Amino acid sequence: MNHPADTGVASKNPTGIGASLLRKEDMRFLMGRGNYVADIKRPDMTAGIFVRSPHAHARIVSIDKQAALAMPGVVDVLTGEDLKTDGVGGLPCAWPVVGKGGAPTKEPAHPAIAQGKVRYVGDAVAFVIAETVAQARDAAEAVVVEYDVLPAVVGVLDALKPGATAVFDDIPDNVCVDWEIGDRHATDAAFKKAAHVARISLVNNRLVGNPMEPRAAIGEYDRSRGQHTLYTTSQFPHIVKLLMGNFVLNIPQHKLRVVSPDVGGGFGVKQFHYAEEAVVTWAAMRLGRPVKWVCDRSEGFISDAHGRDHVTEAEMALDEHGKFLGLRVSTIANMGGYLSTFGPNIPTNLYGPLLAGVYTTPAIYCEVKAVFTNTVPVDAYRGAGRPEATFVLERLVDVAAIEMGIDKAEIRRRNMIPKDGYPFQTPVMMEYDSGDPGGCLDKALINADWKGFPARKAASAAKGRLRGIGLCTYIEACGLAPSRIAIRLGVRGGLFESAAVRVHPTGQVTVLMGTHNHGQGHETTFAQIISERLGIPANNVEIVFGDTDKVQFGLGTYGSRSLAVGGSALVKAADKVIAKGRKIAAHMLEAADADIEFADGVFTVAGTDRQKTFAEIALSAHFPVDYPLEILEPGLEEQAFYDPVNFTFPCGAHIAEVEIDPDTGVVELLSYVAVDDIGTVINPMIVEGQIVGGIVQGLGQALYEDCVYDPESGQLLSGSFMDYCMPRADHIAPISIETHITKCTHNPLGVKGCGELGTIGSPATVINAVVDALAHLGVNHVDMPASPNRVWRIIAEAGGASRTA
Amino acid sequence: MLIRFVLNGKPVSVDVEAFDLLADVVREKFGLTGTHVGCDTSQCGACVVHVDGRSIKSCSTLAVTLEGAKVTTIEGLAGPGGQLHPMQQAFHDQHGLQCGFCTPGMVMSAVDFASRHPNPTHADVCTGIEGNFCRCTGYQNIVKSVMAGAAAMQTAQKG
Repeated sequence: MNHPADTGVASKNPTGIGASLLRKEDMRFLMGRGNYVADIKRPDMTAGIFVRSPHAHARIVSIDKQAALAMPGVVDVLTGEDLKTDGVGGLPCAWPVVGKGGAPTKEPAHPAIAQGKVRYVGDAVAFVIAETVAQARDAAEAVVVEYDVLPAVVGVLDALKPGATAVFDDIPDNVCVDWEIGDRHATDAAFKKAAHVARISLVNNRLVGNPMEPRAAIGEYDRSRGQHTLYTTSQFPHIVKLLMGNFVLNIPQHKLRVVSPDVGGGFGVKQFHYAEEAVVTWAAMRLGRPVKWVCDRSEGFISDAHGRDHVTEAEMALDEHGKFLGLRVSTIANMGGYLSTFGPNIPTNLYGPLLAGVYTTPAIYCEVKAVFTNTVPVDAYRGAGRPEATFVLERLVDVAAIEMGIDKAEIRRRNMIPKDGYPFQTPVMMEYDSGDPGGCLDKALINADWKGFPARKAASAAKGRLRGIGLCTYIEACGLAPSRIAIRLGVRGGLFESAAVRVHPTGQVTVLMGTHNHGQGHETTFAQIISERLGIPANNVEIVFGDTDKVQFGLGTYGSRSLAVGGSALVKAADKVIAKGRKIAAHMLEAADADIEFADGVFTVAGTDRQKTFAEIALSAHFPVDYPLEILEPGLEEQAFYDPVNFTFPCGAHIAEVEIDPDTGVVELLSYVAVDDIGTVINPMIVEGQIVGGIVQGLGQALYEDCVYDPESGQLLSGSFMDYCMPRADHIAPISIETHITKCTHNPLGVKGCGELGTIGSPATVINAVVDALAHLGVNHVDMPASPNRVWRIIAEAGGASRTA
Repeated sequence: MLIRFVLNGKPVSVDVEAFDLLADVVREKFGLTGTHVGCDTSQCGACVVHVDGRSIKSCSTLAVTLEGAKVTTIEGLAGPGGQLHPMQQAFHDQHGLQCGFCTPGMVMSAVDFASRHPNPTHADVCTGIEGNFCRCTGYQNIVKSVMAGAAAMQTAQKG
């Protein structure tokens, strides 16, 4: 396979860092032996189905359970009133932000089952439990809910209109938080001296993340021990344990276990504490029987947190040479009908600071109004704030280049932070530690044959096709997150990571990680790190995750953090094992600790041939002979916590070519080139898979996917895979990946992260190509998705199919 | 009602309701949870199994229609000694899976496709697996896997 060549390391270990080791976790999935939550059966288990609101906004007048309770097999029917009676709390927001003038984020109550009012189509109103799913489903139909339907507010612009319906009575203007970053006066001054101002108005389309495994949860209660267990499709079981136990159900932490086994994709959608998790746990305790809920896909469309959904006005001030002087951005972001776990943080802290991009723009000011609407709550989706920022900036840069007659690569180069300009302090909080976006750009231009484009465009024109080329450079802040920064930004907790290395008497190793693997290949990547560090084969390493009874603590997987934060914790833990191994070796070899060297799995007395293998040390640790017990304990297991000092900053340059059929408006992706600086590469094969997968998800946002609500009724119009268009195999084109490494300066592996860069870079890249294909019609922006209908209308409105560009 | 069919090479009989779907029957009655349900509109293909050698979406197949049929799920694809089917091996070798949820349906679709298109082009494969969603891989490695798997199936047949 053709994997990115540059890994940033030269390891001799065939299962160590830099090896394209085939994945250890593949076998169970290929054989149909994965263990997903929906596959789990517990003794005496019941099945639960939610009754969900068909209205976007309504008062609940009454709920009549009687007919449902009388149906065959029905065990119980629970409502928001029952939650109240049992003293169950609301779902907490874990990352509120500080608004203008120190104003706090408004955090209205978010009951796990609606109380008094429903606020979006899909808001849960009752939970029906029966012996079988079919019986629960039948009985759910028999729950009679009387609603007093209220006017709904759906779009963010409508939510801010004077006299708009209020989603919450005590928040009459629907504003959750009005937030700002940057220096407004310096930015205004920059615009006053501008030779040119480029402007753009754009929408970042609302998306549904749709991991292929629908969400699911099983609650279980062991009366004999007073012990609760929740099995859930979560990216962060320890945080669910903390939020649900402490804030919702009042279960002491030592009495609650949360298990997230194999999880079929997350993309952020599964990194929130959801109502259903609390409801099944609570219901299981009430019944004394396990309660299982498995989400239907259609139900997922109206209950999984959605992503994106911004409306933005942006302008860039430039001098006469195309140098960026200032950037001003005003965004309205949708929060939906309640705050999801990280909702307010996404369009603020993860958005505004990324507007600096890879450029030296000296003055930036961004303000964001996050607003409530009668729609599903909106939260992080792969990239989370950073794709939105990149889209604004990179579209605006293209508009400026066109208006000023400067080549699109050249205008970027003129404004780019030079390779020797790091560390670089942006005007919007971030200090970039390292990077070489110019190097990425140079390689991308070559790989995409940028110079040869006019000939290809002419060839397309000869076939009656409109060809366009699009370029985007990006930067992202990953490795979430330095606690010292994140806590100042409002997060209610730390964002460090934990890892434990358990060495068995025979020298094999079990690693317990606080991160969660749901497709990223952690079981292989982390095993390679141990293989490299301890000098043992990766096959002798097992990676354990996703069970709060096994792994002491962890913050989970999101924000491209697993390697940069979790991997760093793992290195620290491995180094502690080596340090202890050195003491054991010194004892066994009758040498001083300081004289013991460790390399390639062997402890050696320096300058001699006296040595002990890692396995011999492990055995000795468990069969200690004459240990000096006051200074050396038996056993060999070490845990480490790693809290990063800064974010990591992957960056890169992407180029796409598209062809448009002017008669139908169909946009076809022809090629995609990515050159990315992600720091040290542990497994090039896995990295390539992550990047390609992300690029295609971003392609989905750019060309296909759109979560559409009826603007009046608040009904979700794109509520199934028949209406919500996700990329399929016949939508893709050859995607070429190359890495261009500068190492992260502040973590032990020099890694930056690669999980999200695809969705961050590709929407802007693809839309820049679409706009380029239509530029001869005077088009300077196309909103996403660039669907056939939208593109055809643009062509038609510009005077019909102009076949030659 | 009682139906009899052959499941992964073994004759079985099972009592089903008229509304029971094949996906639910293999998962719930036989514990074969490798067949996944990823949607409720027959769009995603995570539930694909073979009935009499052809791929079908088991989430929209009534179990009662299977009397006398030969049903193969992902659990029945590997050889008797547990050796991977050439298509399973190709998915492993080409990194054609990430989270693994779409994988069983994708592999079952791929095996049927490759058995009908022994020398497929890249475009043939893209069209051939168009009925299966994958949200992780971006399909590039899946297409490579199917090409490699098809070639390996040819070799295995000749051998």
